[in-house]
Amino acid sequence: MNRQSQYMITVKDMVKKFGQFTANDHLTFNVKRGEIFGFLGANGAGKTTAMRILCGLSSPTSGEIYVAGYNVYRETEKIKRSIGYMSQKFSLYEDLTVKENFRFYGGIYGLKRRKIRERTGYLLDKLNFSHAMNQKISDIPLGWKQKLAFSIAIMHEPRIVFLDEPTSGVDPITRRQFWEMIYETASQEVTVFVTTHYMDEAEYCSRVSIMDRGKIKALDTPANLKQTYRVANMNEVFVQIAR
Amino acid sequence: MPAVTVDQLRKSYQDTVALKKESFRVEPGELFGVIGPDGAGKTTLFRILTTLLVPDQGQARVEGFDVVKDYRQIRHITGYMPGEFSLYMDLTVAENLRFFATIFDTTIEENYHLIRDIYQQIEPFKHRLARNLSGGMKQKLALSCALIHKPRVLILDEPTTGVDAVSRKEFWEMLIQLKKQDITILVSTPYMDEAGLCDRVALIQQGSIMKIDSPARILEDFPRKLWAARSNQPYKLLQDLREYIDLASVYPFGDSIHITHKRDEMDKQQLEDFLQQRGHPDIEVAPARPTIEDCFMDLMNQGT
Amino acid sequence: MKRFVGFVRKEFIHIFRDRRTLLILFGMPVAQILIFGYVVTNEIKEARIAIYDQSKDAVTREITDKILSSGYFRLAKRIEDESQIEETFQKGEIKEIIVFEPHFDEKLSQEKSAQVQILLDATDANMANLLQSYTAGIISDYSKNIRFDNGQMPVIQTRPRMLFNNELKGVYMFVPGTMALILMLVTAMMTSISITREKEMGTMEVLLVSPLKSIQIIAGKVMPYVSLAFLNGVVILALGYFVFDMPVHGNIILLLSETLLYIVMALSLGIFISTVSPTQQVAMFVSMFALLLPTMLLSGFIFPIENMPWPLQWLSTIIPARYFIVLIKNIMIKGTGLLFIWKETLILLLMTVIFIGLSIRNFKIRLE
Repeated sequence: MNRQSQYMITVKDMVKKFGQFTANDHLTFNVKRGEIFGFLGANGAGKTTAMRILCGLSSPTSGEIYVAGYNVYRETEKIKRSIGYMSQKFSLYEDLTVKENFRFYGGIYGLKRRKIRERTGYLLDKLNFSHAMNQKISDIPLGWKQKLAFSIAIMHEPRIVFLDEPTSGVDPITRRQFWEMIYETASQEVTVFVTTHYMDEAEYCSRVSIMDRGKIKALDTPANLKQTYRVANMNEVFVQIAR
Repeated sequence: MPAVTVDQLRKSYQDTVALKKESFRVEPGELFGVIGPDGAGKTTLFRILTTLLVPDQGQARVEGFDVVKDYRQIRHITGYMPGEFSLYMDLTVAENLRFFATIFDTTIEENYHLIRDIYQQIEPFKHRLARNLSGGMKQKLALSCALIHKPRVLILDEPTTGVDAVSRKEFWEMLIQLKKQDITILVSTPYMDEAGLCDRVALIQQGSIMKIDSPARILEDFPRKLWAARSNQPYKLLQDLREYIDLASVYPFGDSIHITHKRDEMDKQQLEDFLQQRGHPDIEVAPARPTIEDCFMDLMNQGT
Repeated sequence: MKRFVGFVRKEFIHIFRDRRTLLILFGMPVAQILIFGYVVTNEIKEARIAIYDQSKDAVTREITDKILSSGYFRLAKRIEDESQIEETFQKGEIKEIIVFEPHFDEKLSQEKSAQVQILLDATDANMANLLQSYTAGIISDYSKNIRFDNGQMPVIQTRPRMLFNNELKGVYMFVPGTMALILMLVTAMMTSISITREKEMGTMEVLLVSPLKSIQIIAGKVMPYVSLAFLNGVVILALGYFVFDMPVHGNIILLLSETLLYIVMALSLGIFISTVSPTQQVAMFVSMFALLLPTMLLSGFIFPIENMPWPLQWLSTIIPARYFIVLIKNIMIKGTGLLFIWKETLILLLMTVIFIGLSIRNFKIRLE
């Protein structure tokens, strides 16, 4: 952590090719500690490919990339241990109870049994959801599932959490409760990396990058981007960049 | 005669109520939006209108035809685009369109004028398999397929979910063009920002329609004055605002926080002073214009 | 009608674009037939035979030498008396006895014709068939090489006789059996999967919302499979006939009509399965366990029904393939006409009507 103490993620000239196709074309960006970084782009722009590399799931073709201070070529195991991951599509086991899901994911990250109990209690308390500990996930409303999935993603106290379209489809109040959880997590020096193609999620990020056809086309705070492109919201920013 | 009449419609599955005795009308040629989050009952409502589900109670009519008794007639005059673009992924663009034309006993040529503007955008790829299209192109193809038999009522279930912002924008432009062809359009979406493009919208949550009106009127009806507060420590600001007395609501809203005060006139200076004391030297509080999302949250709170 | 044609065309596109389906449709029957046909046995080497030479002259000795020197046969016993024949076979070591009639040489030169009888133990029907054809081949080879001074060719007749298994069960069993199995699999499984796929992909929603009637949807989905399955049946029959010398004694039209009936029955079963399965996976499992295994195990294809315990015998009466196998065997081997197989035909017909009825009742015009 000496070299990149200010940054949790440093990416320099990251290239990923699949045969002739270049999914990531010389991406360069840094993500600060405790930042909520929005990684935006249309489906197929190369977001997922980049996120897979940062999570240690695939190797880049070239480039110098560090996540939580670890090298993505050689130290993927260490990376995996320092990150949490939540996706809207896959998160919790529907046929297990809330508690069983916590226990299972805690086990995956090698937490001791006492630690799992402690963290489960703490996180459920914060959510005001302790009463539903023994309910099956399938019986829980969507909004709650997403909040639970986020709690599980941060159960092992990762330094970076990756969120994939975390709030699409939920009602606006739940969505705000969710962003409050994210803000709170970030205020505890945890870095939050959000990939999404929903521009209204982008509005909540501290900084965003916008990807189009494998390249990063813009990188700034939402406020600055809106000013630069002289538009009212991120949606318009994106339309201007991608069109 | 209204294009769609929904009267006291109720539908439940096992122990969850998907639709709670809702009623509304859609006028001919209207672009009517049904707006709400996942699980609000949008799909159930549309499936009843397309005769795919039978309501438990109440009545619904499309162009005067009853959705239960006259389902055959309704199936002739409606165009339907279900949530997941239901195209045949192993068929090409042209083959999909041709298939949907034949099952409605028509041809692509006969109604080409209806879909020309939309189809032209994907025609260069007409020999490509549907599975190899981008989200936006699938969406355009699905819309062309739903339109090819010249329906009088077009029912689109979340057509913009999962597609990028550019395609979304283009899609709404297409719908506005279609309105000129005298087609009644019902469209559902979870995106509140799309409400403004509809003639009228129904805001729906947990099986109940909370409000039906034109977007402009809904915004006008927002009961309180809305303020936006901004500082560079959003989480701390949120907590501090929660402690300020007499605020009716505090919600993060993008890079600012939207607040309303219980009284009509809020002392802005007083709030700013309070926040500066709490360690927000760069605090900025300004009046804000409500959005449909603000209205939606307000209605949700009224309901509970 | 135009709608229907459009529907069928789309269905054919699905089939021809999916390599997996094509492979199952056409690769499997051929592979199965060849495996069943050849794996059983396809080569003989030093098979133990006995010779009962009632003539013992120069010609019979020459023929014997030729047979024994071919490498396929080994002389295990010489028989001197007809009473020994039965006894020799009973011991089970010898599978073939070659019997030369008395005065073989004399008859051949005077009457230009003599007889060799080939007795076979047909309990292993496939083996018996092979031995017989090898022996007959060597003898006919021999007869071609002798020629009388006047240029006339002698005729050595070979008369095979199968003992212990006159009907030659087994050897001709796998063609009807495989046919019953493949047609069931192709038609029932493929249709049920292709219908449930539409449910899963959400395209069924759009079809339901269209003015298509449920009968049009079903017929459109099924039509391509009827023709493909029929083609399949013909391929299997042709393989049996040309590659494995399976006889077709009966009326070919009757044979094909019964095949078609069986296919339609399997299709209606497939439609029925699709109406009760929400996903392709369920349809696949149901087809596997409710159709494939019973068809293989209880139809008499692999295990004779007579030897089953009575509950299984009883269960086998509801297996359609059982009747189809009987039908096909009777028509092909015995050359039976409809008069003798009307009962089986009627049962298949009845099953078809029942499954179609159930499917139409179960097919929903809505989503619930």
